[in-house]
Amino acid sequence: MSMPFYVSPEQVMKDRADYARKGIARGRSLVAFSTTDGIVIVAENPSRMLNKISEIYDRIAFAGVGKYNEFEMLRIAGVRQADVKGYSFAREDVNARSLANAYAQTLGQVFTHEMKPYEVEILVAQVGERPDDDELFHILYDGTVMDEQGFTVLGGQAEAIADHLRPQVGADLDRDGAIRLGAGALALEGETLGAASLEVAFLDRRRTRRAFVRVRGDDLATVLAAG
Amino acid sequence: MNDSPLPFFAAGTDPGASFVDLLRRVAPDKVPGATAGTGTLGTEVTHGTTIVAIRYDRGVVMAGDRRATAGSLIASRRIEKVFPADDFSGVAIAGAAGPAVELVRLFQVQLEHYEKIEGEPLSLEGKANQLAGLVRANLPAAMQGFVVVPLFAGFDERRDRGRVFSYDATGGKYEEADFQATGSGGIHARNWIKAQWTQDMSRDAAVDLALRALFAAADEDSATGGPDLVRRIFPVVATIDAAGYHALEVEEIGTRAEALLGGREEGAGL
Repeated sequence: MSMPFYVSPEQVMKDRADYARKGIARGRSLVAFSTTDGIVIVAENPSRMLNKISEIYDRIAFAGVGKYNEFEMLRIAGVRQADVKGYSFAREDVNARSLANAYAQTLGQVFTHEMKPYEVEILVAQVGERPDDDELFHILYDGTVMDEQGFTVLGGQAEAIADHLRPQVGADLDRDGAIRLGAGALALEGETLGAASLEVAFLDRRRTRRAFVRVRGDDLATVLAAG
Repeated sequence: MNDSPLPFFAAGTDPGASFVDLLRRVAPDKVPGATAGTGTLGTEVTHGTTIVAIRYDRGVVMAGDRRATAGSLIASRRIEKVFPADDFSGVAIAGAAGPAVELVRLFQVQLEHYEKIEGEPLSLEGKANQLAGLVRANLPAAMQGFVVVPLFAGFDERRDRGRVFSYDATGGKYEEADFQATGSGGIHARNWIKAQWTQDMSRDAAVDLALRALFAAADEDSATGGPDLVRRIFPVVATIDAAGYHALEVEEIGTRAEALLGGREEGAGL
């Protein structure tokens, strides 16, 4: 029987983290803003069918960067969790916090116990009645949860983009302004992005039940051109 | 993944886009009809009564009276029997109110769940088939007398027209050409609609016809509630067309009901 070489736990964790980060950094970043009109999420995505941003529940959206099949699996599990909970109790009992915790626990488990960590970073966003009530949970590949205020950036270049955005995000930011700001921020990583290569979704504060709406096509082009 | 608080499934057991199948896996006790008892219930349960669906030139109107009965008693004057199923379809219920309301709730979640998982809504035919499955699952309860017979109607975006589906207690699904009415007063409502319905009737005319058919049913059937002008209780009416599901405001229904009643007093002979 052969003995495996000893590798220190620190080294194992570092290797896993490096592996996950490298996978995530391959794709472009994603930004989300809490605005006066609701929550705006902007991502680079040339595909119209394979979404990075989607609806989880009435006032909750999901977004992921990194490996598509991995965050898609997490998205579906989240929709299932939310729908079962809403059906068993009441629609208003479904909230982003418990979902974010479930995601964090899952990603943490995978990070330490599975063959390889998930190469994803995800966002669970919930729009409130006022901008102060908005919730943005940013969850990393190892299960770290961050409760962000105002805006958040997911992806390999998150720090640089966040530094660029910080002075520009104010309390009076509206939906259209946030879409333009997001598109501009993502362009820091490469060429300027037009409506065809952007995926934009919006959690509309004023809608009574399902707040999730996609902004695309001519609507999106008009918003981008107005800047 | 076994330790995850989220529901994950192995390839062979994945429920796909079906919420009912998901519920059977993760919370089987919450599936309606899963715990059908034996014997008979000593007391009368609440029953909802007359509902109608009528096709018009650009969509379909659904309406239901507001009475629920328990035996010979009136259980509720304000029960609602017409619900949105999703943005482009509606469901109306007749029969045992308890299982029926639960069936509607499950159906609504089922449609939304499919849409979220798959990224696009089911076809109208697909929605109608889903409802058939839910009615069929209620068959054990139906055998004991808790029959649920919904009407389903919606705007078919692919065919650009309104469509109406009726069901029987076994889950049989039947597409109706132009209209249908069910429940205890359904036969009276249907006869009234049959005599008045015309091809390409307008939305206004179809809404008035639905109201009139419900009044006719209330005249003949003790379990169907008529318009209550004192308490301002009127049938629930909704229209579904290319713009989606739209429930009419109580004020509008009240105004229409009063106009129709006025017309009748002047000699419509009822």
